[in-house]
Amino acid sequence: MIGNVTIGQYYPGNTVIHRLDPRLKIMATFLFIISLFIVNQFLAYGLVVVYLGTSILLSKVPLKFIIRGLRPILVIIILTFVLNMFLTPGEVWFSIFGKLTVTKEGFRQASFMAIRLTLLITGTSLLTLTTSPIQLTDGIEKLLNPFRKIGVPAHELAMMMTIALRFIPTLMEETNKIMKAQMARGGDFESGNLIQRAKSLVPLLVPLFISAFRRADELAMAMEARCYRGGEGRTRLKVLRYHKRDLIVAIFSLGYLALLIWSRGW
Amino acid sequence: MSILIENLNHIYSPNTPFEVTALRDINLHIKTGEFLGLIGHTGSGKSTLIQELNALIKPTSGTIVIEGTNITQKGVKLRDVRRNVGLVFQYPEYQLFEETVRKDIAYGPKNLGLSETEVAARVEEALRLVGLDPEIVGERSPFDLSGGQRRRVAIAGVLAMKPRILILDEPTAGLDPHGRDEILGQIKALHEADETLTLILVSHSMEDVAKLVDRLVVLYQGGIEMQGTPREVFQQSKRLREIGLGVPQVTELMERLRERGIEIDETVLTVTEAKEALLRMMKEAKS
Repeated sequence: MIGNVTIGQYYPGNTVIHRLDPRLKIMATFLFIISLFIVNQFLAYGLVVVYLGTSILLSKVPLKFIIRGLRPILVIIILTFVLNMFLTPGEVWFSIFGKLTVTKEGFRQASFMAIRLTLLITGTSLLTLTTSPIQLTDGIEKLLNPFRKIGVPAHELAMMMTIALRFIPTLMEETNKIMKAQMARGGDFESGNLIQRAKSLVPLLVPLFISAFRRADELAMAMEARCYRGGEGRTRLKVLRYHKRDLIVAIFSLGYLALLIWSRGW
Repeated sequence: MSILIENLNHIYSPNTPFEVTALRDINLHIKTGEFLGLIGHTGSGKSTLIQELNALIKPTSGTIVIEGTNITQKGVKLRDVRRNVGLVFQYPEYQLFEETVRKDIAYGPKNLGLSETEVAARVEEALRLVGLDPEIVGERSPFDLSGGQRRRVAIAGVLAMKPRILILDEPTAGLDPHGRDEILGQIKALHEADETLTLILVSHSMEDVAKLVDRLVVLYQGGIEMQGTPREVFQQSKRLREIGLGVPQVTELMERLRERGIEIDETVLTVTEAKEALLRMMKEAKS
């Protein structure tokens, strides 16, 4: 029921893409997102597909996983496609029911947006598929570090994310346990109308909140007992270091971006 | 109520890399009014087995028949199963949620669809069964009570459903010795007060179960390793230690004495028995 929800969507592996420095991967993903908005013609998408396709192939993540990530946003893609198709003014291509007209520009625009969205999601999910949540927060912390001067609490943000991630499985397990305990007392979480169902959640949520607060208290105490006092002067066990492969990927990515910018003039 | 378990198997996440066989080929007959102890190391399948008995999970194969009703069948009324089989989970106090003790205990009976007066009567009765005074604790918040009291309120929450089979999963875990003795004493009283109540006590503590139960079932890696009266089971102390369980301390003491060549042949389960055996031995040695 609840037990088989995967946390994040990390697909473990030991490929080049997995081993890349998380900072670089985050930056490359940003660059990829920007690149999608530079594209102004279909042909250039070919280049994007090659870049993304190579990354996916190198990461050895099965295509099945990537497609699964697209499923939840399918509705949004379809909606964007339909709206763009009907609402863009221009030369009429054909019309349905007399009033709804599809323009050539509209169709082009719609396909363009749909491809862009699909590539956007695929590209960003490749980041989370190949980077473990802990690596990701490490990378975010390091990248946000320069902004500490203007008051961005980089370390605190990263610590909060790490703790939240660490507690997801614990809370899942806890939910499952409490649910079973209440079911053993005749509790019913699966039938009834919306209001009845919402009410039936009270016996589940109250104990869950209480235990979450208790755990938070205990964790805070345990951290204080080990002299935790924020990120100031804190060193780490695993220091992020750029390697040769990071440099190569960076060069390739910049080259890719340059090519795309150049393609605008075609 | 009696329980008949036949060829019961349970596999978690079958056909995936995470496949785990939690129970293998369990055959067990539990008679009405019997007090059964279920012992096993962590991961031996105890928790899975008791959840099967309450129909919280469905077995991969095999059948469980409770008083003539096969609860593993499709279309079985879960409410009826859960009305008859009361399950007290480990650390049951974590499932308390209501504002007052009375309201919390009423949750179960209310779910059974009983009338207000019946519910109120059952709450009173259940509180007294666990040795709490409804007048004193009834209107208090369960979160204001002590750990031992909270656990007793949670157990009362299950007792108020008047189950004919009561399963307790490690009811003494995390309690101080005083709290432990109280809970065990109350369980014993429950067993003595109602001859037709079938009791199953899950534990990994030999000391707790030895003096209470009629029969012991030892689970190991999802299968029944041995069963019999506590005396019979503790005679196989070597095997018990091999599978990560021990025997009560006094039993072990007697065993060590025997190893040193001192003539005590009884298997001893309690301190009182040990005292008698020792005194007898010393008398014989004198004469």
